[in-house]
Amino acid sequence: MRRYGERTALDGVSVSVPAGSSLVVFGPNGAGKSTLLRVLATLLAPHAGTTTVLGCALPREGWKVRGRVGLLGHEPLLYKDLSARENLRYHARLHDVRSERAEELLDQVGMWLRADEPIRELSRGMVQRVAACRAVLHDPELLLLDEPASNLDPAATAALEPLIGRSSGRTRVVTSHDPAGGLKDADLVLGLRAGKAELHGSAHDFDAAAIGALYA
Amino acid sequence: MRRATAAVLRKELRLELRTPQSVPAMALFSITTFVVFHFALQRSDISGDLASGVLWVTLLLGAMLGIARLFVADREEGGFDGFLLAPVDRTSLFVAKATALLAYLIAVQIVAVPAFVLLLLGPSPSNVGALIGLLALADLGIAIVGTLVGALAIQSRARDLLVPLIALPLLIPVLICAAKGTTPLLTDGGAHAVAARWPLTIALYDLVFGLVAYAVFDYLLED
Repeated sequence: MRRYGERTALDGVSVSVPAGSSLVVFGPNGAGKSTLLRVLATLLAPHAGTTTVLGCALPREGWKVRGRVGLLGHEPLLYKDLSARENLRYHARLHDVRSERAEELLDQVGMWLRADEPIRELSRGMVQRVAACRAVLHDPELLLLDEPASNLDPAATAALEPLIGRSSGRTRVVTSHDPAGGLKDADLVLGLRAGKAELHGSAHDFDAAAIGALYA
Repeated sequence: MRRATAAVLRKELRLELRTPQSVPAMALFSITTFVVFHFALQRSDISGDLASGVLWVTLLLGAMLGIARLFVADREEGGFDGFLLAPVDRTSLFVAKATALLAYLIAVQIVAVPAFVLLLLGPSPSNVGALIGLLALADLGIAIVGTLVGALAIQSRARDLLVPLIALPLLIPVLICAAKGTTPLLTDGGAHAVAARWPLTIALYDLVFGLVAYAVFDYLLED
């Protein structure tokens, strides 16, 4: 359970994601999707219940999880007055990752030529690409993705697939408003409404039309 | 911890150099205040405890501007979350921020103190070494307390109000000791010796608040 003051943002959500699989989370705005990701990322402490991430109980063992999780949320977590390269190098130092890794990722997502421009001068799609690089810079075991395809054109989506997509081989928890796209890349489905789990099961048991009817 | 501290400090200084905000604001405020004092006091020059008081009140109020801005980019651009996701000692953020604030204070005083001497001070400061020592000790205290208060206030939308409301009372001991210690350095007829108890008291204050900050800063970052 997680509350914001008097409001309960998550309550009674029970879900288990096996290593290497992908969970897609559907739900209308305010359903608790982003809160779930922030709890799993150790940025918010659960107020009740049991949360285990990568074998560590939260919030007690949160320090063991940090550095093993990559979060790509609505905010890119990048300083607007620094360039893409400077931002990634900064995060590389924090995660004790060699700076060449930042260069490789910038090249991989097609941002090499714009890498020295301040983040504030880049388009939202470009910022999202840099943010994806930041999220996977330290090669995390668990990826937490909050609508990762937002602001991305098809070419950028394809460029990010090996990093944050299913083919990355990482365990993923992904929120989505796209039933067809979300189900295609998922093993498990969780539907949230007003902080409570409304549906949960294998992705094969649901079809996009039914999900769309519930959460469109 | 050293790696994370160096990374945050380097980022902090790069941001300030790229888009100067804190240092110019603090410096301009200090110089403008000296000009205002110059006219308001209706004297051609001041010395002794008055000079010391004017100097320290101005520097302290100028510091509030830097403290209020210290965590703004981290709060508004997700820097806190980015830092908290990394496997680093959270105290490194405190050390880096306090060091950055200390650097800003020193940069401001390199401009503001000569401006004070030119605009207001009657006697030439003869014991510059003692003055620099007192400035350094007081700056360290302001940086430590300022970083703590800045981290606390940034969680609130009323941070511009909270920073002076919390920081100024906490910094009163520094203000008293620094002003008392500086008075003999700014008197007519040449500098007198500074009583050792004033710099020692500031040093003790720095030590105590440094330990307090080390103990509580982690909790300020908790949600």
